[in-house]
Amino acid sequence: MKYSYFPGCSLEKNAASYDVSTRAVASRLGMQFTEVEDWNCCGATEYVSLNLTAAYSLIARNLAQATKNTGLDQVVAPCSACYLNLRKADKVLGQDARLADRVGKALAAGGLSYKPGSLHVRHLLDVLYQDVGLEALTAAVTKPLTGLRVAPYFGCMIVRPSFHNGGEDPEYPTSLDKILKALGAEVVDYPMKAHCCGGHMTQISEDTGFEMIRRLIKGADDYQTDVIATICPMCQLNLDGFQGAMNRHFSTNYHIPVLYFTQLIGLAMGMAPKDMGIGDEIVSAAKALAKIGTAVEPEPAGPARRKKDDKSLPMPSRGGGVA
Amino acid sequence: MSEKVGVYICHCGSNIAGTVDVVELAKFAGELPGVTVSREYKFMCSSLGQELVAEDIQKQGLTRVVVGACSPHLHEKTFRRACAMAGLNPYLMQMVSLREQVSWVTEDKALALDKAKAMISGGVRRVQLQEELEPTPVPVNPNTLVVGGGVAGIQAALELADAGYPVFMVEREPSIGGHMAQFDKTFPTLDCSACILTPKMSDVGTHDKITLLSYAEVEEVTGFVGNFHVRIRKRARGVDEKDCTGCGICIEKCPRKVVDEVFEAGMGYRKAIYRPFPQAVPKFPVIDRANCTFYERGTCKACEKFCPTNAIRFDQEDSFLDLDIGNIILATGWDLFDARRLSQFGYGRLANVFTNLEFERLCNAAGPTDGKIVLRDGVTEPKSIALVHCVGSRDKTTNPQCSAVCCMAALKFGHLVMEKTQAEVTSFYIDIRAPHKNYEEFYDRLQDEGMHFVRGRVAEVTDAARRPEEEGKLIVQVEDTLVGKQRRLPFDMVVLMSGLQPRADAREVGLRFGISCSMDGWFTERHPKLDPVATMTDGIFIAGVCQGPKDIPDSVAQGAAAASRIQGMIARGTVMIEPVVATIHEENCSGCRICNNLCPFNAIEFLAEKSVSYINAALCKGCGTCVAACPAQAISGAHFNNQQINAEIEGLLYDAVRGNGGAPKPVAVPA
Amino acid sequence: MHRKSASNPFLEEVAATAPGGDALRTCLQCGTCGGSCPSGPDMDHTPRMLFAMINGGMREQVLRSNTPWYCVSCYYCTVRCPKEIPITEIMYALKRLAVRDGLYDDTTAPDFSKTFIHWVEDYGRSFELGLMGVHMIRHNPFGAFKIMDMGVGMVTKGRMGFAPTRIKALDGLKRILAKAKELEAQT
Repeated sequence: MKYSYFPGCSLEKNAASYDVSTRAVASRLGMQFTEVEDWNCCGATEYVSLNLTAAYSLIARNLAQATKNTGLDQVVAPCSACYLNLRKADKVLGQDARLADRVGKALAAGGLSYKPGSLHVRHLLDVLYQDVGLEALTAAVTKPLTGLRVAPYFGCMIVRPSFHNGGEDPEYPTSLDKILKALGAEVVDYPMKAHCCGGHMTQISEDTGFEMIRRLIKGADDYQTDVIATICPMCQLNLDGFQGAMNRHFSTNYHIPVLYFTQLIGLAMGMAPKDMGIGDEIVSAAKALAKIGTAVEPEPAGPARRKKDDKSLPMPSRGGGVA
Repeated sequence: MSEKVGVYICHCGSNIAGTVDVVELAKFAGELPGVTVSREYKFMCSSLGQELVAEDIQKQGLTRVVVGACSPHLHEKTFRRACAMAGLNPYLMQMVSLREQVSWVTEDKALALDKAKAMISGGVRRVQLQEELEPTPVPVNPNTLVVGGGVAGIQAALELADAGYPVFMVEREPSIGGHMAQFDKTFPTLDCSACILTPKMSDVGTHDKITLLSYAEVEEVTGFVGNFHVRIRKRARGVDEKDCTGCGICIEKCPRKVVDEVFEAGMGYRKAIYRPFPQAVPKFPVIDRANCTFYERGTCKACEKFCPTNAIRFDQEDSFLDLDIGNIILATGWDLFDARRLSQFGYGRLANVFTNLEFERLCNAAGPTDGKIVLRDGVTEPKSIALVHCVGSRDKTTNPQCSAVCCMAALKFGHLVMEKTQAEVTSFYIDIRAPHKNYEEFYDRLQDEGMHFVRGRVAEVTDAARRPEEEGKLIVQVEDTLVGKQRRLPFDMVVLMSGLQPRADAREVGLRFGISCSMDGWFTERHPKLDPVATMTDGIFIAGVCQGPKDIPDSVAQGAAAASRIQGMIARGTVMIEPVVATIHEENCSGCRICNNLCPFNAIEFLAEKSVSYINAALCKGCGTCVAACPAQAISGAHFNNQQINAEIEGLLYDAVRGNGGAPKPVAVPA
Repeated sequence: MHRKSASNPFLEEVAATAPGGDALRTCLQCGTCGGSCPSGPDMDHTPRMLFAMINGGMREQVLRSNTPWYCVSCYYCTVRCPKEIPITEIMYALKRLAVRDGLYDDTTAPDFSKTFIHWVEDYGRSFELGLMGVHMIRHNPFGAFKIMDMGVGMVTKGRMGFAPTRIKALDGLKRILAKAKELEAQT
């Protein structure tokens, strides 16, 4: 399993733990990553708000650079915004001939070119779920995360819009849940799992930005979550970095650590926390992680028998009323 | 012997004459070989126009007629009839479509005249080679098959049976009644649904002219209008209908309880041996073998032990019935949209989110809660209920169509809630669709009764509270579009008005009967405006929601309409089969059978004794596929034989053939 | 296939600037977008209202509205819209039109984007410290104190870069972007 690897700006410093844990986990699971040569910023959600051709040219330069890794037609991005941008650009340039023409000319000014459709852009989560698979993951687990209640947090850009979400339900995706379950963790049925962290809204309007963060933290807290597992550096920064400021803004006192899912995978595979960048998080995960391995095995549930005076109505199984 | 052709160019008001120079065209036609008379007239389809043709046939001894007018779809019948009444075989008339194929497709008058001349020329050449044909009468079997025992099928069956004609009704479920039997009240009259339906069901069950085949399906259909052969599979009930008295002791004693996914919409339980509901017609129960202890482990047999008349038959097998049927009505109904496809509404995950069908069962006095509106715990009465419109309707991501009944059903639910509980009820809608008699008045009534209305399509239903007052409630998040603000409203219960969609197996079922479904999955009617109950296959009719979403009055009307058409055909006694069919010339047929599987209408069979193929003229639609495919050219298509087609082509290319010393004339290129 | 509106050139302008934007003509005004938007309550106009205004040809009010700038690109509206209107992409298009014509009253969000891109154009990579620094000084001078602990935390955990990273082929990138802007200006 060989891929071109597009880390994105955040993974350099801010989300270095994501980068470090990803590379470690990847190599242990037999994935080979070759970084895209001299990649540039994807422009996040900023450039496309200013100038269409420049925004797509900025993204397309990365696609062009990725084609220099000969023989590798899959590009993996761990950051949801980079992922969406790269994948969307590849799709849009394949459909909008006039934009593609302008972008092509712009790239040519830098001595580059890219033919839309030449690369398959993938998110890291999708690669671990589809290519590595749950069986291989389960087999690699040596220190299951029993006793740890983890809320799977997808955020928005990996599952929406639906053209790029690999068949996941854009409202209620489950791949991360299944991965966390394979790691032995207790997976929280987190209702906010695909809600937006707010992106850069904290810098535009504190009320709006912090409120969006509060909803997510509160939602996790309501379900007694020990750790929130994320797949995007922006989400991690918002939920972790800004948790303190959010607490002060609303006079709340939440303390829920936010880790990258690759850090949890690494821990479950027996890797040292330090090597996974554990400790980089602002809201410390130490207390939560100490719970691992302390849970009592729940008794295996016997066959469910309805009590005689149980008046409750059955929950839908195949959907009400369908023959 | 040369023919005497009459050519008639219709102006069609300005529809044709506005673009085609009809005078010049008539003059041109008059000079063509074989043409005796050539006229142009304002409206050929009028009685005066038709009389023109009739007079010329009689006075001038015309032997062929060409009418240049609109599409044959519209008036071929008209002119054929006019010729027939004047004593000329109707198949000696050819229509040339100067409107749909010339004046309606170009504004260029020169091009239009060119093409019109070519087409008239083609028609004139062709018609001289046409032959007299006679339609074949076939007898119509008075037996009718009604597939589907919902209200549409029931109505159709009763009308035919009351007229004295035998009806066979096939119903897949153990009882007839369909979805209407599940409802509590019907809008706008608030009649009890079962109370108005069960008398009709009872009539069907006891009618001497109706043979009810329940827990059965149609396996195979062959034949043609008036003469179908149908094979029915009667599934094994596990109960001998001759001995069963319907006492119900077996049901009482059965120890296995399963969730009733069909009739109770997943809200209640039934036994492994069961009747769908107490007023089931027929009364005979059915053993659900997938959930019966005996079939799983070979033990129990409680039903057999307690049955006073020894009617239980564990070893009963499916049986088959072959019937001769004249006409078939498909009234197979609908499936409910699966609301779990739209996870933002939380159905299946959040306990107190229900579908409309589940809510009907809650309201129904014979339902799982004896008619009490309660939450999923079966006990708590909700104080606030939200009705979410357009779930899986009017939505390009799921079903684009409007389901026609949900707005009215929501109003009905509002009324039932306020009648049975102290709860407040709010409807979240995009539009309120209340088009029929007394429907708008019903809307007014509900506004007056105190039902709340918020115009906005619900964005999501969630249990994730943002504020303390939202804790423990279901939050409906919506933009109140009339106010222009997003609102989050707390409720105890949310009911999703799930849309109507075609049966999951509609396409497959349609093919079994030889009819098709439209792109959106409903059965295709012959004409959406003027012929909604007939299909393109003669003898097969459709009625009720299987043709498209509609309410009960419309379903009943369609059932009656289909019955009425069939009654007409039975009363006539025969049906005329079009003679435009293909014939296999046995002496040239080598028995290669290439044509057999090509026929889209399954009209060709292989006669093993003679080693040749044979076309059933009644099934043949004259499409010409076999004619073209036969490697020995052993098949000829009546009214479209090779000579006729070649003559038409030669006519079309008239100006390449004559003039220009034989060289083709340069083609006029559009500007 | 539709008839171009001579009476509402703004509708045509918006429909043309976003891929799939023609679907805007079929807007039902159902309000799903306004109901789904997580930042909706803080917008001047709900997304649905904005589309009604576009339909009403109210160009200046639409472009001056803070609505597109409060869009967080969560795409809920886009996946839920029953007419499959690419709403998020239309929001981006409206932002571009507003910037081109200088039509926005609150400069916070446009400035943020411009500052972000300023670093990207000069170095090829984004530079958080530079972005936050410039932005906070200009728009939220006391905000820095509110997130002081976060800033300190980021520094002590080594998550703060103190200098922008420069890509190797920066000249090439600059040529690409210059050419791109030249071509965009001609559209």
